[in-house]
Amino acid sequence: MSVERRRVAGQAVQRRDLFEKVTGAATYTVDVTPPGCLHAKVVRSSRAHARILGIETSAALAVPGVIAVVTASDLAALFPRFGHIIPDHAILAMEKVRYYGEPVALVVAENIVAASDGAEAVQVRYEDLPAAMDAEAALAPDAPILHDDDYGASGDESFSEMAATPGLPDHGDSPPRTNVAHTVDLSWGDVDAALAQAHIVVENRVHYPMLYAYAMEPYNAVASFTEDSLHVVSSAQHPFMVRTDLARIFSLPLSRVRVQVPYLGGGYGSKSYTKIEPLAAVGAWVVRQPVKLVLDVEEAIYTTRADSAAITVRSGFDAEGRILARAFDIVLDSGAYADNSPLVLAKAVNRCFGPYRVPNLRVRGRSVYTNTSPASSYRGFGAPQGALAGETNLDRAAAQLGIDPVEIRRRNLVPPGGEILPGKRGIDADLPADLELVAESLQRDARTVPGHGIGVACTASDAGAYPISTAIVRVQTDGSVTVLSGSTEMGQGSRSVLAQLVAEELGVPIEAVDVVQSDTAMSSYERTTGASRTTTLVGLAVQRACADARAKLTEMAAEIEQCPPESLAQGDGVLESADGRKLAFGDIISRWFGGDAGEVTGVGTLRRDGRTQKMPPFWEVGMVGVEVGIDPETGVVRVDQLVTVADVGFAFNPKAVEGQDLGAATQGLGGALFEELVYDGPQLVNPNMVEYRVPRMTDLADKIESIVVERGDGVGPYGAKGGGEGALNPMGAAVANAVAMATGKWPSRLPLTPERVWRLVNDLPEVDAE
Amino acid sequence: MTAAQPATGHDHVVVAADVNGVSVTEPVPTRWTLAQFLRDRLGLTGTKVSCELQVCGACSVLVDGAPVSACTYLAADIDGRRVQTVEGLAARDQLHPLQRSFVEHFALQCGFCTPGFLMMAKALLDRNPDPTEDEVKEYLDGNICRCTGYEPIVAAVLDAAKRMRGQA
Repeated sequence: MSVERRRVAGQAVQRRDLFEKVTGAATYTVDVTPPGCLHAKVVRSSRAHARILGIETSAALAVPGVIAVVTASDLAALFPRFGHIIPDHAILAMEKVRYYGEPVALVVAENIVAASDGAEAVQVRYEDLPAAMDAEAALAPDAPILHDDDYGASGDESFSEMAATPGLPDHGDSPPRTNVAHTVDLSWGDVDAALAQAHIVVENRVHYPMLYAYAMEPYNAVASFTEDSLHVVSSAQHPFMVRTDLARIFSLPLSRVRVQVPYLGGGYGSKSYTKIEPLAAVGAWVVRQPVKLVLDVEEAIYTTRADSAAITVRSGFDAEGRILARAFDIVLDSGAYADNSPLVLAKAVNRCFGPYRVPNLRVRGRSVYTNTSPASSYRGFGAPQGALAGETNLDRAAAQLGIDPVEIRRRNLVPPGGEILPGKRGIDADLPADLELVAESLQRDARTVPGHGIGVACTASDAGAYPISTAIVRVQTDGSVTVLSGSTEMGQGSRSVLAQLVAEELGVPIEAVDVVQSDTAMSSYERTTGASRTTTLVGLAVQRACADARAKLTEMAAEIEQCPPESLAQGDGVLESADGRKLAFGDIISRWFGGDAGEVTGVGTLRRDGRTQKMPPFWEVGMVGVEVGIDPETGVVRVDQLVTVADVGFAFNPKAVEGQDLGAATQGLGGALFEELVYDGPQLVNPNMVEYRVPRMTDLADKIESIVVERGDGVGPYGAKGGGEGALNPMGAAVANAVAMATGKWPSRLPLTPERVWRLVNDLPEVDAE
Repeated sequence: MTAAQPATGHDHVVVAADVNGVSVTEPVPTRWTLAQFLRDRLGLTGTKVSCELQVCGACSVLVDGAPVSACTYLAADIDGRRVQTVEGLAARDQLHPLQRSFVEHFALQCGFCTPGFLMMAKALLDRNPDPTEDEVKEYLDGNICRCTGYEPIVAAVLDAAKRMRGQA
């Protein structure tokens, strides 16, 4: 069960980036202002859906300090859209706007004050169109259609399964266009027959709220053109993906687009893929000077949010509570542009039914365009939405059958290695054992008093981590090592983990290892930083790069020592000759090159083969329990106990794992209890951090237990696998289950605000219930 | 703001202040915030701006020892006052006990909120060297962190307080 403790890997080493961060020295994109930098401000749509009749820029250009006003008409020579799955997203609105807050023009000025004044002075004339403000309205037979064009989807293998174009199936000449951006269906067995024979059939419908990740550093980017090369510094999680979009926009070779990412002030998936980089870049392209664009929080909320969801679930059980069949209907409100929602939908479909033995399954998923802020990735990626439906459904069944909620899960969880998705990798975790850890901890401190309730929930996410990674290690003449990786440090601690791994593999002190990340011109290629992939997938590439460096050093040592390579033994930072001499890596390099100079470069690559052939590369476990206390007078929910399992295979840095785990759990509690973006008419009523409330320090649970589980069952180095979003995924469902136990009523929507809970307690209809 | 009468920052006022122990005399646009002045004029980019509405605490700095939100505090108002930012927390080569404690307790991940937390925690410990856990939570409730889940921050502040009392 337990894993081997190692010299550096597995130790709670202090993260070096933290020293820079506590002194204020750490550089974030927002701190980068090159000489001669101009500043930009975005003019945004004041309509939800409207035709653009004209854009009057002369008043803006008359503002002192304003250099240029860029509109879609300036982009005729460019490919004016982006989007890695469906390139539907206009850099600047063309012909029409599809949501309130959509960029319509970009004002570039000598300073931000002039840019802001200039943006105020741009006048846009609109002709209003009927708007579809939610998924239900967008699916209505007479709904206004957001997208009239086919955009053609990405041919990328990992996205090709997402490739349906808007509203159009693969067949037929011209079926009527709809607002369905994407559909995903999944089924096996005979659901109807199984439901007909079930002892009980339990059906319920849930609503998962529209969320904002609130990475505290808002989206920002600095772009400049020199000759025919584009250089962008950006708050992007995936610089290489952004590079691809930018190269297409400007018809540039990938090698002439450099995207550089310093420290990120939080990401949580919300900084995945391309955001505002094209805006900054077209500004710089027009004025031929560096342009900096920094969004405020309201603009950031209108840039990306998470998909809200309405989900109906119907499950059949036998008398012992075993699942016979499950059917789900998932509708995501994906906003005005597809962005990453097709993938979010695919994952919601794969994850909604839970890590259980489900002999018969039918899931229908639709991602729907609406005239709202575009939705995309957010930590958890469809899993929290699906889990709210599936896991509350399971508790309802347990209640009907008189079975304990933990017991019904015991009876249905897949065993270690068991199959969740046919043909995919079996579960690389012991979920039943994880469940017992949560149940024991909760029971130990449970208070069985009125107004209290316990809730548990389980998820397993097929990690959307496509195995394409590269890494380079450069061994220096003094034996120190520079590591190059395209994985972004956004707070999760990858810089430290990769250093630990190299120190372990090469046997050098961790202080001698430096990690350089996320610069498409200088670091190695990395597909993305998301889906908890770095330790596992980048880790494998780094491990291979270290092996490559050792192999090269061995060849070189054999040459200079005139001995067979096999006679050299591998040691910590050294090779040992047959006669017992230790040849330090640095000395080997110096002697081979002939002078105190040179270096050895080890290269490691990872693709879909061997141990990473089978998808997903790993499953991310979410296993949580909460105990809540409810104030019947006010409806306020107080979290007494928060118990999470971080089933990570091997914890490279246990303190960092606990930190990620509690962070994910806390964001999950935010969506469960506080957070929701609310549209009223064309615009949000709460696009700010006063009215969009996130968890605060006094919301801390009285008891927090993060149980780090290491069974070495992951595909990554030393048995590691992904962590850091697991605890978020089932949290909303667990809180809903706990509130149900405490109130005796079944909530159907999150967040469980005091008013909603008070209404439950008092047997009143839910707020804004259908 | 109309286009006819743009306020592009031409109205200036001269401020003389002590910033992290350094005397500063600078003309600043009247509409500049303290955060703009610190970051864009003095290059003290450790102070971060996030919500711009005084609810996240990321931009917290001390003015005459009291915490203020630099995102909404006007630069003109520091005239004659003493400003302390995260850059002034460490003494030459020695991290402040709060800084050391934050690193040791993993009380930060992305670090964007950290300068604000450190300055707010300093304000607390300057007034109350021996706070209870509840007092720490109450005092820092106006600072948002999206990464850590807060527990390690509470632990770090309590530990730093203990160390500082030991030093005194």
